[in-house]
Amino acid sequence: MKAWRRQDDAILAGFEQQEAAVLRGLVGQLEDMLAARAEEAPQDELAELTGIRTGPTESPDDPVLSRLLPDFHRLDPDNPSSEELDSAAAMRSLHEPELLEKKVGVAKTVLETLPRDGGPVTLTLEQADAWLGALNDVRLALGTALDVTEDMPDELPEDDPRSPHLGVYHWLTWVQETLIQALTG
Amino acid sequence: MGCMSTPVASEQTQVDPLGAELAESDQPWRTIVWNDPVNLMSYVTYVLQKLFGYSRDHATKLMLDVHNKGKAIVSSGSKEKVETDVAKLHAAGLWATMEQPS
Repeated sequence: MKAWRRQDDAILAGFEQQEAAVLRGLVGQLEDMLAARAEEAPQDELAELTGIRTGPTESPDDPVLSRLLPDFHRLDPDNPSSEELDSAAAMRSLHEPELLEKKVGVAKTVLETLPRDGGPVTLTLEQADAWLGALNDVRLALGTALDVTEDMPDELPEDDPRSPHLGVYHWLTWVQETLIQALTG
Repeated sequence: MGCMSTPVASEQTQVDPLGAELAESDQPWRTIVWNDPVNLMSYVTYVLQKLFGYSRDHATKLMLDVHNKGKAIVSSGSKEKVETDVAKLHAAGLWATMEQPS
């Protein structure tokens, strides 16, 4: 693909079939993970009665989900204060359902606007913002899984099991970066 | 960072313990954005401009603090306001937390 470009109030790019398949695959996986987490939310009669949704109080065990759904306080990993733990639990329970809904929403926007076989993509500015968020979520997920560091090399040694995935990560970085340029340039 | 440290320091010189405690609980909450190896510098700047209406210069300065110092205070105010700000930053994928300086 070539870099995203702006034409009046539209943001445009074209994806090769393989590029579309890779991105759709990753966004789809992420959507599944987020949907599974949403299903873990406690069901209670009060919530059904009031319509006020409550999410889980505890951070996900999975490091990828935990990065996508951070705590509201920076907790001391060895000795968190009980006051901060209680507060973080209450805020997670209150905000996580909406956060999951937003992240699933931007993932769906990508899946709806990126043709399965590749080809031209035309986005409104609002859809472009959704794409930015979804690309960022996918990069966060992949970056966490690959244990990416700030000074990550462009390529890893061939025998490193992360090597093939790192190329995808760097490509996603480029897709996101040029989308920001098209939006702000 | 540290822009609010001066009034805090003068409050702590008060002798009246009750007064000091009240002053402490009145401290505004802070929204902190932490550095992470994935989020792009251009993206962090874009998000800060978009969510808080900051100028490009101000958003860039905050982003550079996050990048170089490991964190930046990006907004402050009542607990409810800061909680909303943190929720918005989480939706954008930034690593944000809230705290009340003691």
